[in-house]
Amino acid sequence: MIVNFITALGARVTRPILSLGICFRFFLDILARSSVVFKRPRLVIEQIHFIGNYSLIIIAVSGLFVGFVLGLQGYYTLTRYGSEEALGVMVALGLVRELGPVVTALLFAGRAGTSITAEIGLMKAGEQIAAIEVMGINPLRRIVVPRFWGGVIAMPILALIFSAVGIIGGWLVAVVLIGVDGGSFWSQMQSAVDIRDDILAGFIKSVVFGLAVMLVSVYEGWMSRPTPEGVARATTRTVVVSSLLVLALDFLLTAVMFGG
Amino acid sequence: MTAESRHSSPPVIRFADVTLGYDTRVILRDLNLEVYKGEVVALIGGSGSGKTTLLRAATGQIRAQKGTVTVFDHDVNRTTPQQLGAVRRRMGVLFQQGALFTDLSVFGNVAFPLRELSKDSEAVILEKVLDKLDQVGLKRAAHLSVSEISGGMARRVALARAIVLEPEIILFDEPFAGLDPISLGMTARLIRSLTDKLGCATVLITHDLEESFLIADQVYMVGDGSLVVSGTPDEVRQSDNSLARQFLKGASSGPVVFEYPPSDDFDRWLSRHREGVK
Repeated sequence: MIVNFITALGARVTRPILSLGICFRFFLDILARSSVVFKRPRLVIEQIHFIGNYSLIIIAVSGLFVGFVLGLQGYYTLTRYGSEEALGVMVALGLVRELGPVVTALLFAGRAGTSITAEIGLMKAGEQIAAIEVMGINPLRRIVVPRFWGGVIAMPILALIFSAVGIIGGWLVAVVLIGVDGGSFWSQMQSAVDIRDDILAGFIKSVVFGLAVMLVSVYEGWMSRPTPEGVARATTRTVVVSSLLVLALDFLLTAVMFGG
Repeated sequence: MTAESRHSSPPVIRFADVTLGYDTRVILRDLNLEVYKGEVVALIGGSGSGKTTLLRAATGQIRAQKGTVTVFDHDVNRTTPQQLGAVRRRMGVLFQQGALFTDLSVFGNVAFPLRELSKDSEAVILEKVLDKLDQVGLKRAAHLSVSEISGGMARRVALARAIVLEPEIILFDEPFAGLDPISLGMTARLIRSLTDKLGCATVLITHDLEESFLIADQVYMVGDGSLVVSGTPDEVRQSDNSLARQFLKGASSGPVVFEYPPSDDFDRWLSRHREGVK
């Protein structure tokens, strides 16, 4: 009884470590075969276009609504202290530093990440991966690497779009709807937002999130069982694991970048 | 092809005392098989007898549990991934389910190996692909997407893709499945003429005895976990082997049983299941 319990406990500990090791090796395999990005850039460009198209609408619309909410909430709070002119700074910093990269990554995982997992999983189930392999073509190089780097490149672009649309949303609510002074909104934003400390930090965050989400997405697709249920489970895991990973990484990166 | 000319060059595929299986389960044991350039070899046997397993061993998708599988003088179990890739690039494989890329058109599917593995220009690729599609009667379906074509047409597209690089070995897993009688006859004649024209070695996994015996030079029959009989189609037809005779006649009584054999695994599963029902 006790032995069984200890065995089960041990298995629960070793299994995730083993999965982590396999995932890390998979990541190294992707890096080792990434020369295809330079040799055949068209494959990656196709994926950037594909993934970007998939996510652009949802990212832009979400950015707009997040901007609306930030504008409203910011106004209610700042107006208590009579500093509603600082609304532009609050909206911009909130978006560029945090909400832009994080919300984009979460939406990106749900929209593009799941579709990539399902696509690779279904290719496996339909013997397409095996067909590529027996043609003498490395499927990791041909299928996984372009999708991985396509997603990693698309992610910061989408985060940038999210932040830009969010700022416009904040401006619409604050300046057009409520009547905050437009000059103060933009000038305070211009003087307070720093290219290196804020925009670059947000960019680095979005690149790291892009790497994490894409690694989880392609890994789950690659390792999925070649059955409808297996692909469905892998797709769900992609959302859960990459969302938690994004939030955990955000905490770490925030502590490192803005901690002192 | 005469016996003399058959052996004038070394075999391109050789299975020597090969045992194949998955994990601890053995599917085929002590298998000896040779395939030479310019000949069509038909591999026949009942469902689940291990024909596809044999094909997977020839392509290096599974490793032999025992013995050596040699393709183009390379032991596929002991080659580096680069060497295996080079061996595979000289092969064409038609998968049982077709394995077409669903996001590509008929043309895109057949052009895929050319675009990936050759340095041909798009103009040359267009001509080569249309030529191969013409051979399988689907030239005018080149623009259709895979979801728009029938199962039989999909198999013909997969056939065109398998031969587009004019490989030295072509492995067909059930090429006649799902084809109407006209397409079936045309496909069989195409396989024979391709083998003669390219001088390639062709392995045909099939249940269709009539068509395959018409075009095959050699027939190997597997069953009951091993090679049952081999020889020319006439030799196999005249074989005294009871298993072969039952299979060729399609008789219900004989050594090949229709029912799945009993096993301890099944008994254990059933007793567990019955306990669960109580």
